[in-house]
Amino acid sequence: MKNDDIRASLMKRSRAAKNERFGKTLTGLCILIIITVVVSIFFFVASKGLATFFTNKVNLWKFLTGTIWNPGATDAQGNPQVGALPMIVGSFAVTFLAAIVATPFAIGAAVFMTEISPKIGRKVLQPVIELLVGIPSVVYGFIGLSVVVPFVRRTFGGSGFGILSGTFVLFVMILPTVTSMTIDALNSVPRNYREASLALGATRWQTIYKVVLRASTSGIITAIVFGMSRAFGEALAVQMVIGNAMLLPGNLISPASTLTSVLTMGMGNSVMGSLSNNALWSLALLLLIMPLIFNIIIRKIAKKGAIR
Amino acid sequence: MKKKWFSLFILPMATIILAGCSFKQTGQSITAVGSSALQPLVEAAGDEFTKENAGEFINVQGGGSGTGLSQIQTGSVEIGNSDLYASQKSGIDASKLVDHKVAVVGVTPVINRKIPIKNLSTTQLAKIFSGDITNWQQLGGPNQEIVVINRAQGSGTRDTFERWVMKGRSAVQAQEQDSTGMVRQIVATTPGAISYMAFPYVDKTVKTVNVDGVTPTAKHVTTNQWQIWSYEHMYTNGKPTGLTARFMDYILSDAIQNKVVATMGYIPVKDMKVSRSLQGKVVQLSHEK
Amino acid sequence: MSPRKWDKVATTVLYMISVFIIAVLAFLLLYILISGLPHVTWHFITGRSSSFAAGGGIGIQLFNSLYLLILSMLISIPLSLGAGIYLSEYAPKNWLTDLIRNMIEILSSLPSVVVGLFGFLVFSINMKLGFSILSGALALTVFNLPLLTRKVEDSLQAVHYTQREAGYALGLSRWETVIHVVVPSALPGILTGMILGAGRVFGEAAALIYTAGQSSPPLDFTNWNPTYIASPLNPLRSAETLAVHIWKINSEGIIPDASAVSAGASAILILFVLLFNFAARYFGNKLYRHLTGARERG
Repeated sequence: MKNDDIRASLMKRSRAAKNERFGKTLTGLCILIIITVVVSIFFFVASKGLATFFTNKVNLWKFLTGTIWNPGATDAQGNPQVGALPMIVGSFAVTFLAAIVATPFAIGAAVFMTEISPKIGRKVLQPVIELLVGIPSVVYGFIGLSVVVPFVRRTFGGSGFGILSGTFVLFVMILPTVTSMTIDALNSVPRNYREASLALGATRWQTIYKVVLRASTSGIITAIVFGMSRAFGEALAVQMVIGNAMLLPGNLISPASTLTSVLTMGMGNSVMGSLSNNALWSLALLLLIMPLIFNIIIRKIAKKGAIR
Repeated sequence: MKKKWFSLFILPMATIILAGCSFKQTGQSITAVGSSALQPLVEAAGDEFTKENAGEFINVQGGGSGTGLSQIQTGSVEIGNSDLYASQKSGIDASKLVDHKVAVVGVTPVINRKIPIKNLSTTQLAKIFSGDITNWQQLGGPNQEIVVINRAQGSGTRDTFERWVMKGRSAVQAQEQDSTGMVRQIVATTPGAISYMAFPYVDKTVKTVNVDGVTPTAKHVTTNQWQIWSYEHMYTNGKPTGLTARFMDYILSDAIQNKVVATMGYIPVKDMKVSRSLQGKVVQLSHEK
Repeated sequence: MSPRKWDKVATTVLYMISVFIIAVLAFLLLYILISGLPHVTWHFITGRSSSFAAGGGIGIQLFNSLYLLILSMLISIPLSLGAGIYLSEYAPKNWLTDLIRNMIEILSSLPSVVVGLFGFLVFSINMKLGFSILSGALALTVFNLPLLTRKVEDSLQAVHYTQREAGYALGLSRWETVIHVVVPSALPGILTGMILGAGRVFGEAAALIYTAGQSSPPLDFTNWNPTYIASPLNPLRSAETLAVHIWKINSEGIIPDASAVSAGASAILILFVLLFNFAARYFGNKLYRHLTGARERG
């Protein structure tokens, strides 16, 4: 009888095990919901974006390399003119330039906050960076339009609209994201690495440069890629300063366009299910795929460079 | 312990889902979606309407003529606002939609204030926008490059402008903007800029030009001397009923047409001395009132 | 140059970078506030917006922004917390988890206009929620979840494994360790993520244009029954937020004082983000102290 009791209590799940299962199910449920959302968006964009190629029979290669975007009209052979190259080039140009400009600033600020003066960092820089995120992109766009564009026009000539202005605006917009993620990366470097380095007689800068930054390389690269994805997807602010001309950009100060700017502009003016609308969804599909690709590439690079 | 987590996670979501599903609201509302150019007008009329009929709301949303037409076609909204005739848009089956012309709007070319040009001919305008004329000097102005600012493809304003000015010529690839506000700001601040916009949006930051000697005024539009104009349409799916019908009557009533429509810079439909069909045929109207 | 000199140079450069970032923000803030604050009056903050005459206010838009913020955070905080905990503590390390992580990352770079259209077709039309606060809140959740989840996961990952081991050593189950040990010490990081997310919600326009809509029917502030159509709490009414209002009057507005209204509205928006930031920081510190017994976070 007594044995049975013990047996029963051993066979029964303990309170902790029940708790454990409850927790796992609950959090698993949350991730399931998110996966559902992600998959449905992918499916949604893909089903609309691929219609250009399957329903409207646009050649994929022509879509990627064509330079004339005029979905309402057809060319001499009767094919729709949907060449996305100018937008692809424009998007990549602003994204890479903004990332190149923002990276040193972001790493510098992050190092300052974690290694040099955590006190000032936490009290001043952290709130500053969080505030920069809070400024809506519409406001960035209007400051870009009333400050950056005239500045570029006066300094570099042209109309002021173009990739350069887009870069400046995006730089400020992705700076907080990259910085705060770099801070996380630096913070996750264990304390004893630093102590070991300092104990070997290295200066603070040597420690930062040779130990901390090396140890967090993959985290920093993730931060940059993340910032680039941000820049790639930003629409309203860029659209206001880049000029939105569907031309292959010849230089940095002539009007150009990005995938997002064309997408945002055209969406309301086209009828769902028509070719011009489907072509816009194909651009959205590109926007989904591109970051995926450079994510994979950079992950590969990061794996090589990181010390384990 | 368990309860705490349960309430933190599930309760808010459950409440929200329940609220979304099982919820009958009191009061009545209809939704009008579409053309952003028409939006302020319908919104103002809706406000007046609600003031007179408590508990009855007109939701007015922008989103562009394309959105308006595709939504009214699928029947997910009650009214679709459009700057274009429904049959002009590809992908729209216009036969089921009922057109209500609620106002007329003129479109005028605008230039940067620093360009001392007062008059342009239709041909000159067409040449500017097709990229054949690239400097103001060619038109007797200062030596300043022309910066063409176009509206987004499919925009109602661009369509009107291209129809009555470009007459089939294709536009040069240039800057495009998707809203009148942006166009106005860019024309105001960019030296040598030219664009076009609907009458209600013109203000003192930009300068209008006469076309073929005709000044862009409401009066010239009513007689078709100023040719660049279009109707503003509100489409319903089939004959309107109930609240939609009452609102359509209301927006066409004299009170709204004289007060709201005219103050905002639109032209009341009943002021028109001519009517113009989809194909562009102009008929003189005789008002016997 | 000697390592010591390099150290000095590098430190100076880092100081300069920090000063530069602060200067950029100071410039932005001052620019917005100086051009906006002169237009802010009590009437402007509480008044009703006007669709064509001058002198409109932003009262309803402000209320809508706050309400939408609360509603969308109510949905997204628990979800992202759960998902982040799962990814960080439970998920097996394999390609599937990596794929999920990658997909979430990609989702966060999706242009908000695509999220808006997705929300429009799914929430507004298929789920028949129409142009409403609720569909806006759901769209914002979609928009915000990836970033929040990531942030939660990162903050949890940053908690040292010895802390978890200490929890297990005390005989706590994994779940108990997570919620009693790991989450409290990761709280400052999580909180930062939430603040960033809230800021994005507050300033987002493109995702809301097609979901929460851009009209603001007059509200009856005496009737708080959420089922009445003009009640401020009704989650099924269409609601224009502050950021959408700024976008709208700048793009298609025909009110004569558009630039003044938009400058004033931007200033108010920024002030609210500031206020929200400081409040969250203050309460976060308090909560952190309460949960861990530490005096200072860090």
